[in-house]
Amino acid sequence: MNLLIIIMAPLFGALLPLLLKQTPRLIKTGVTLLIPLTGIAILLSYAPQTLSGDTPKHFIEWLPSIGLDFAIRLDGLSLLFCSLILGIGVLIIGYAHYYLSYEDDDSRFYACLLLFMASMLGIVMADNILLMWAFWELTSISSFLLIGYWFHSSDARRGARMALATTGAGGLALLAGLLIIGNIAGSYQFDDIVASAEAIKNHEYYTAALVLLLLGAFTKSAQFPFQFWLPHAMAAPTPVSAYLHSATMVKAGIFLLARFHPVMAGTELWLTTVTVTGLITMLVGAYFALLKHDLKGLLAFSTVSHLGLICMLLGIGTQAAVIAAMFHIINHACFKAALFMTAGIIDHESGTRDMRKLQGLMGLMPITATLAMVVAASMAGIPPFNGFMSKELFLAQAAQQHLFGGLSWFVPVLATVGAALSVAYSIRFIHDVFFNGEYKELPKKPHDPPRMMSAPVALLALLCIAIGLAPMPIVSELLNSAVTAVTHSQTEVKLSLWHGFNIPLLMSAIAVVAGILIYIARDQLFTFNRQFDGQDAKHNFERLVQKASDTSSRLFDKLDTGSLQRYMAFVLISVIVILLPSLIDISAITGSSPQQSIDTVSMVGAIVLIGAAFGTATLHRNRFVMLMMLSVVGLMVSLAFAHFSAPDLAMTQLVVEVVSIILMILALFFMPQKTNRASSGHRVFRDIIIASFIGGIVATLNFAILTTPAESISDFFIANAKTGGGGTNVVNVILVDFRGFDTLGEITVLAIAAAGIHKLLNKLKPFMPSSDVDGRPWHRIKHPLMLTNVANLVLPMAMVVAAYIFLRGHNLPGGGFIAGLIAASAMILQYVANGVDWVKERFNVNYQSLMSIGVMIAALTGLGSWLFNKPFLTSWFTYLDWPVVGKWEFATALLFDLGVFLTVIGATMMILSNFGKMTTRHRPTHEGN
Amino acid sequence: METLYSVTVGILTACSVFLILRGRSFPVVVGITMLSYAVNLFLFSTGRLTIDGAPILGTSDSYADPLPQALVLTAIVIGFAMTAYSIILAVRTRGEVGTDEVSDSNSEDNR
Repeated sequence: MNLLIIIMAPLFGALLPLLLKQTPRLIKTGVTLLIPLTGIAILLSYAPQTLSGDTPKHFIEWLPSIGLDFAIRLDGLSLLFCSLILGIGVLIIGYAHYYLSYEDDDSRFYACLLLFMASMLGIVMADNILLMWAFWELTSISSFLLIGYWFHSSDARRGARMALATTGAGGLALLAGLLIIGNIAGSYQFDDIVASAEAIKNHEYYTAALVLLLLGAFTKSAQFPFQFWLPHAMAAPTPVSAYLHSATMVKAGIFLLARFHPVMAGTELWLTTVTVTGLITMLVGAYFALLKHDLKGLLAFSTVSHLGLICMLLGIGTQAAVIAAMFHIINHACFKAALFMTAGIIDHESGTRDMRKLQGLMGLMPITATLAMVVAASMAGIPPFNGFMSKELFLAQAAQQHLFGGLSWFVPVLATVGAALSVAYSIRFIHDVFFNGEYKELPKKPHDPPRMMSAPVALLALLCIAIGLAPMPIVSELLNSAVTAVTHSQTEVKLSLWHGFNIPLLMSAIAVVAGILIYIARDQLFTFNRQFDGQDAKHNFERLVQKASDTSSRLFDKLDTGSLQRYMAFVLISVIVILLPSLIDISAITGSSPQQSIDTVSMVGAIVLIGAAFGTATLHRNRFVMLMMLSVVGLMVSLAFAHFSAPDLAMTQLVVEVVSIILMILALFFMPQKTNRASSGHRVFRDIIIASFIGGIVATLNFAILTTPAESISDFFIANAKTGGGGTNVVNVILVDFRGFDTLGEITVLAIAAAGIHKLLNKLKPFMPSSDVDGRPWHRIKHPLMLTNVANLVLPMAMVVAAYIFLRGHNLPGGGFIAGLIAASAMILQYVANGVDWVKERFNVNYQSLMSIGVMIAALTGLGSWLFNKPFLTSWFTYLDWPVVGKWEFATALLFDLGVFLTVIGATMMILSNFGKMTTRHRPTHEGN
Repeated sequence: METLYSVTVGILTACSVFLILRGRSFPVVVGITMLSYAVNLFLFSTGRLTIDGAPILGTSDSYADPLPQALVLTAIVIGFAMTAYSIILAVRTRGEVGTDEVSDSNSEDNR
């Protein structure tokens, strides 16, 4: 459990600085510092276990169905990285306390920093590679927030966007790679993957997986050709640069290479790709570092270069190379973090980071200068500092490898060139800033910063010296366990400052001399490079992004024309395109069932139905005629249900038809009566083609179904309707009993639709024609006598019929749905015949309440079964002797059906009466009703 | 009989699809309504066509499949709710925008 706190403390602790927004910065810094300090304490308590060769783990099941579990581990590699992340993190937080100005929002800064810390810790401790990926993406997002911290500056925004786009895209590639690897291994747990390392290397998808994995690692670690984002991320506040680009973010890619070393390394592809990429990156980075005039730019490219060096070592992959790599990770984190902080101090105190303006600061800020010299010497690889040792190890590896046959000698030569450049830019950092003549006028007169601000630098400089002088006691154990975790073989690290006179030492000496020479000749280099000035990565990147965005908007404009018909046509055409091939594949659509013979009734019905359907489609420009045709279609459908043994459906369809046609006529009153313009011929032709294809497909499918022998689960319902549900009308029993839950959902949807319509009608200003379509004014008699009389006569009869249909529903065709619609249509007739005022005087029911009561009765009936310890909606029935009626079944299902009945009446009336009111003074004009 | 039934459903579908592709809201709503009829018939027919076999226990020897019937019954009611909602939406749009065209009035698509 403790192990989990290391990640969870900063993850949730990120909220603390935000909660403490109103408090002084000192408290915020203190609280923020506590979090990584807690982590360090826990880490120390686990360290002995890890160092002795164990791997403490913690496992929480998360989403086992996709193989994603919250599994974390603390092996040697994780321990090494955790120490860096937490240790440097503490120093950075302390440094930021002084660095941030009073206008800066320090709460947000600390929160983002902690979030970032948590995600880095998550990456290095994850035992499940999907979990690792999740944290990986979290670093992309949190680093975006950190780089763009000064979001008022467009450079910061652009830098942040570039970093996010590059590392985010790499992250997606990484996910693909991880999924391939996990699929081959059959698990996303890291140990399982290591166990199937051989299978993965021999798998046909190995190359794809490796390329995707490397894409992820190289984008994150700014390896060539993805190095361009890192210098632009320097728009971030310096503490962020110091943290992200020395110890953490960019090291995540290196970590990934190290983590997957036991799984993916050792093949030809790995060797060449990783080594060569590392080598190129090292040289490119070092060259550009020398050319930069901005202090942070120099450091950024130098980081690129050093990452290339580590990458190359991991590519070579021998045990000694891995030792060198791990050692350099520690050393680089120490001196680079210190250098960034120094650059920040200089910037902070003098107001500029431009080396062309800075000079002769030695006398003004001696402490800073001394510290800077120590760490820069470490970066240059000068003895007795720690950087010297890892650089020696690296040069030794470069000299020993035989990767490229007869051309292998190239590698040590290029390595020496890289080392020389590294010496040159280190000298430049020191000489240009602190020496190089007398102090010149600067925006601010610099002086040494407050002691606590240079404390982190001093601490790191001390560490550089200490590791350099006594490497064995300080880092050997940590290195041992880290290297063991990477190579999966027992390691005994031997480090010492002095190795005697040998080739690496000679290479170092050459590098130092050459470096000094290069520095002296730097002006020629600057002149030479000036001719490439137009080539700025930022502009290229922006242009690329702009181009991509332009292309997609052009494409989008073509697709998104704003025409709904076109979308509809696209959807329908896709249906055709998807369905046609599979229909062609079916050899015969005629199943084994024999066809029934056609009777006269069906024939006539079908002809009328087809005719009415065609009528609806062709006469659509005269809308009233179209509606009449539609009602014929509806009636014929109802008859079809009746003919094919579905009396319940026939009744429902009949009443729904009546109600919806009334509704549509009402709607037509507010709409144009005719469509005047005709579609163009080719449009009609296209639509007919689409419609025929869809119709043909539907007919084919339907035919195939109808001629295939039926296999249904309905026998269960038929067998149990009477015994289990107490009714003989199986359809109704299914509705109110077996599938009662579905019905409850259905009436709820109906109620929601009615409520939605109610809202839609609110404050609507309808178009009200003063005359009919042919220009005749409306008749002055609004409520014809005949209709009024008939309606009054029909109402009580309809109510009785509704009650009857409702009560018999369980055993004979009928039920709540149908009864509700019958009652509703009789009441609508009242509205039509007598007008809203007349009805309101006599029958003033709030339909919303009626509807809500209906849904509530249905739901409560369901809940009622809980009182008897039965599942929701279990029904109960008995037979009672009712007065007059005789023996009659009573079932709780009837109560449920009552809920359905009331909801249907309420919803239908709410829709229609509200709509009808639009023409009257009762129309809804304000919120509520 | 099966052929006749499926041809009818196919034609009903084709006519409604044609209406749905029109450029004014009213025919589109009518098209949707008619399409829901076609879909209901289609769903209903998955229980196969039975004559004189209403699923009322004790009235027949072989019953029609009650399950698609129950399904379609609710579908009819929900279909009504949908028709009502879309027609009111059309009226509302007419009231707000002043036209019943379903998209940008400049394009040829609106007829």
